[in-house]
Amino acid sequence: MDLSQYSLIWEYMQPELLLLVATILLFFVDLFASPRFLDKWFSGIACVLLAVVTALSCIPGSETNTLFAGMFINTPMTTAMKMVLNIGTILVLLQSHAWINSEACRVRRGEFYELMFFTLFGMYLMISAGHFLIFFIGLETASLPIAALVAFNKQGGKSYESGAKYLFNAVFSSAIFLMGISFIYGISGSLYFDDIAATASANTALFVVALAFIITGIGFKLSLVPFHLWTADVYQGGPTAVTAYLSVISKGAAAFAFIWVLFKTFSPAPEVWQGILYVLIILTITLGNLFAIRQKDLKRFLAFSSISQAGYIMLGVMAYSAQGLTALVYYILVYIFSNLAAFGVIATIEHKTGKVGMDDYNGLYKTNPKLSLAMMLAMFSLAGIPPFAGFFSKFFIFASAVNSGYYVLVFIALLNTIISLYYYLLVVKAMFINANENPIETIKTGCYGRTGLVVCVAGILLLGLASCVYGYLSGLSLTVGF
Amino acid sequence: METPMIYYIVLSLVMFFAGVYGFITRKNMLMMLISIELMLNAVDINFAVFNRFLFPGQMEGMIFSIFAIAIAAAETAIAIAIIINIYRHISNIDADNLDDMKY
Repeated sequence: MDLSQYSLIWEYMQPELLLLVATILLFFVDLFASPRFLDKWFSGIACVLLAVVTALSCIPGSETNTLFAGMFINTPMTTAMKMVLNIGTILVLLQSHAWINSEACRVRRGEFYELMFFTLFGMYLMISAGHFLIFFIGLETASLPIAALVAFNKQGGKSYESGAKYLFNAVFSSAIFLMGISFIYGISGSLYFDDIAATASANTALFVVALAFIITGIGFKLSLVPFHLWTADVYQGGPTAVTAYLSVISKGAAAFAFIWVLFKTFSPAPEVWQGILYVLIILTITLGNLFAIRQKDLKRFLAFSSISQAGYIMLGVMAYSAQGLTALVYYILVYIFSNLAAFGVIATIEHKTGKVGMDDYNGLYKTNPKLSLAMMLAMFSLAGIPPFAGFFSKFFIFASAVNSGYYVLVFIALLNTIISLYYYLLVVKAMFINANENPIETIKTGCYGRTGLVVCVAGILLLGLASCVYGYLSGLSLTVGF
Repeated sequence: METPMIYYIVLSLVMFFAGVYGFITRKNMLMMLISIELMLNAVDINFAVFNRFLFPGQMEGMIFSIFAIAIAAAETAIAIAIIINIYRHISNIDADNLDDMKY
């Protein structure tokens, strides 16, 4: 065996390895530091470690590196995707500080951070995979610890119910996904993405069945519509910080990985998977929106909103072009900031008062003007109202789909944007217009939570206006060959 | 005389869809878990058979099924942990009783 490979592994797998080092460091901090010290600084340490990992290793370079005979591929675009995920995770960590240091969770808080870092590690593997074995290991590493995180509130609430629903759905869909891979293996005799694309004959029935099975497996993680039934229950019952993590990071990573699988493995048959996705997108956007209208619980409401957002994200995959790839990464970046702003407000209010109903938010502006303002900006950005980042991300993703010729699809998506405007504004109306005798009392947000919210709001306001972000991503995605 | 490949494939597909059927119809969560195990094992058989009959020169399918078995074990461990947690709360493991949240 060639020993010179080892130094290359360190060089090319830096994000993964540094993240593992950070996880182990966190473990030792959890073990040896005094509880009083950890009360104050644990979240801070976790955030700083992750920021250091990002700064050291997740800045996109310019070259494409492969390891383990092509099983692991590191391109500038995958590194940028990892950076996006890291930013989101740091925000989630900031927001979870108040909850994780509460009386019920304090003992187990180390596990929360470590499990979260492990899922992030799995997502890295998924994104960088060039072989279905690595992809599958990454997928499972990313989804199994989340089941434990969803069931994290051991004592009370519906956490256990959510955990069971998530786990059984995840395992079921991963079994179907595995069946798809085994068919692919039977067709092509290899599990490398590139080899499959080269050898598989696209038009056999077995190939289409395998493709459908694989889309099912990943569609579950993305909560596309026929596979979305777990979403609302898991979001409602899980701890809010975990829900936020699920709705942005887990979904974003699945979208990133999905794009590589489809673009590389199934490049011989784009019309087949585009046909499947066409139907899925229409169903996802429409049903997500229609169900969101009737929700009274804000976490369920955001669950359905995130289902329909997944439909919009998939538009970038449909486009199957460099522009679509750019628009997708940009959309997820903006979506991270907007959705986390909403979840940050919900987490703060739920932690202090335990209220998550939409009616509880009536008259919130009177008592908590800053929180309501952050929530309003988040809703505007999610709905895509012009000066905010959400508008630009929607614009770019529609433009990419139009450029690939999907006029009807984009028209349906546009109609759905109008529906979504209605229910997003319902929340704003509740906070600003609806009268309430006894609104939620004035809440003082902790230092960490406030930082997280300020960063999110800044992202919502500035990401759309700073065109350099989109230009940068666009430059990266041009390096990917189509 | 060697058994033809099609027998193995039929066996694995029957196992797989028996698992799907069991997962949907069973109410007891342990039985649901067993059904999922059936599905995962069917996939392992598929990999081994494809490797043995179609691509005998290499080991990719075998290796994949070993990894799949290991990961299935991890899944079971987490599932059992969650099921025990549920049993502590509601004193049974009937999936029908997990209906606090709907629609």
